[in-house]
Amino acid sequence: MDGEPLLQVTRLSKSFGGVQAVMNVNFQLAKGEILGVIGPNGSGKTTLVNLITGFVKPTTGTITFKGVDITGFSPHKIANMGLTRTFQVMRPYHSLSAYKNLIVPLNSPRVRKTAGGTLGDIDAVAIDILEEVGFERDARVPYKTAGSLPLGYLKRLELGRCIALRPEVIICDEVFSGLSMSEISSLIPLLERLRMEGITMIMIEHRLRELFRLTNRVVVLTFGQKIAEGTPEEVMSNQQVRDAYLGTETKK
Amino acid sequence: MESKSRRKKRLDRSIKVRTEGLYAVTSWAEMGYLFMPRAVLVLGLLLLPLVLDMYWQRVLCSAGIYALLAIGFDFLAECVGLVCLGGAFFIGAGGYIAGLLNEYFHWSPLITIPVATVLGAGISTLVLVPCLRLRGIYFAIVSFMFPLFAVFIIIALNVFGGTEGITALDTFPNVWVELYLILAAVIISLFALRRLVSEDMGIVLRGIMDNDQAVRASGINITAYKSKAVFIAALLGCFGGAYLSHLYGWLGISLFAMDFSILPIAACVMGGMGTLVGPVLGAFILTPMSEALRGFGQLRVVLYCLILIGFMVYKPEGIMNALQRKYHQFEVWEEV
Repeated sequence: MDGEPLLQVTRLSKSFGGVQAVMNVNFQLAKGEILGVIGPNGSGKTTLVNLITGFVKPTTGTITFKGVDITGFSPHKIANMGLTRTFQVMRPYHSLSAYKNLIVPLNSPRVRKTAGGTLGDIDAVAIDILEEVGFERDARVPYKTAGSLPLGYLKRLELGRCIALRPEVIICDEVFSGLSMSEISSLIPLLERLRMEGITMIMIEHRLRELFRLTNRVVVLTFGQKIAEGTPEEVMSNQQVRDAYLGTETKK
Repeated sequence: MESKSRRKKRLDRSIKVRTEGLYAVTSWAEMGYLFMPRAVLVLGLLLLPLVLDMYWQRVLCSAGIYALLAIGFDFLAECVGLVCLGGAFFIGAGGYIAGLLNEYFHWSPLITIPVATVLGAGISTLVLVPCLRLRGIYFAIVSFMFPLFAVFIIIALNVFGGTEGITALDTFPNVWVELYLILAAVIISLFALRRLVSEDMGIVLRGIMDNDQAVRASGINITAYKSKAVFIAALLGCFGGAYLSHLYGWLGISLFAMDFSILPIAACVMGGMGTLVGPVLGAFILTPMSEALRGFGQLRVVLYCLILIGFMVYKPEGIMNALQRKYHQFEVWEEV
């Protein structure tokens, strides 16, 4: 790690009425790494994503991105700084064709500024990005309405929507959920390539085996609290984690 | 009647498939296929006043105003996802601004109409911006409230002529100016909006309608985009209002009448939602129909409703969607 972390979350808390969804969570994200966030259902993982990306305002705590305190910023402002996310529930712009889904992020101020008026044919750029995330160019898939695409393509489309923004950090909220083993196996090289290209990622996941192929640092949440952090081996051997999360799964 | 073992199948006409990418257009037949519907619409609208008498020409003018409102409603509802029942507010804002500028500053309609269009749309947008975070029915209810709100303010404070209104405003020099001003406005806004919805801005707006969270995560300020869309729809309505007050040389609280909020919706249902041209067609059918039924007195409303219900039951997609399908596709019977 060189110097300042890319993203720093300090004493972050959020309560919805009497429910403490996220409680006093601290972690850092270094540039270029893939950080896994795991935890049982209802442990506050998605709330954490919503907090970091500005969809939900934290009760207390701060979030610092690239040295700027982004706590309380609106989602589009945070996205324009280069921090974007996928959604757990896939809802594409279903009435638009797949490639037109990408026209939306390509019209963001961030892309306009970084491209500096040299974006060229925006439709062609969108189709290039779709090819990058695994849409066959020759097939008519990019021209189909997004509402008619199968789940595997929707996940790729969601990643494409993030990539189109030319982000520095992507937070993936359960991209593997609902996919078959073969679909996951074809998605993993894509995520690895994104990391090689310099994109930092946080992966919220339930599929641990697949997650551990990608990451070497994991944060564990239970009932909104961070109970462990470290390499997959360290975390898995932690008794507290086993009790909270893996106990039932390892029972033979 | 259909037998059980067969069903209807719809296929795109080959000429439609060929003309989908415009570069492929090679023959007069294909160009005609593309431009004929547009030519029929534009020429039809432009020639219509020539065959009508004085009375029906006036009806045509108000049909044009309803058509503008209906285009705006359709644009907001089907391309942005905002069901806006504030059409009467647009008419009222445009009408009052134009009328007051004419009454107190003696500006000619040549200036008051453009000023009222832009200023009125600006005010309407400012009023609606706080409600933009509401969705669906909630936005509809709140936007419906604003015309009533404006009426009560005018009555309570007794400003702008109060309940009496202001009469003897400047009118248009002759009937042809009246007719072709509103028809030109309808045609221009129709084609401009059709263009807009297929451009990048239209795509972003459609994205907001389908999933606003994903649009926000894509770095786009949805409030700014929605405000722009409301402003555009309000421009049409406010132009209609400004035109209306100069058409009759009169302004009053009935510019905020509920008709201006409701009739455009009926026109959209009848004409076909989401087509932009359908609502125009709907307005040009419904407004004269409502006039023609005047002879039935109170029964008029009942007949009017029956016709609308008939449409909802037998042609819920609207006239334009049905016509487009007939034009672009043919039906064959298929063995099951």
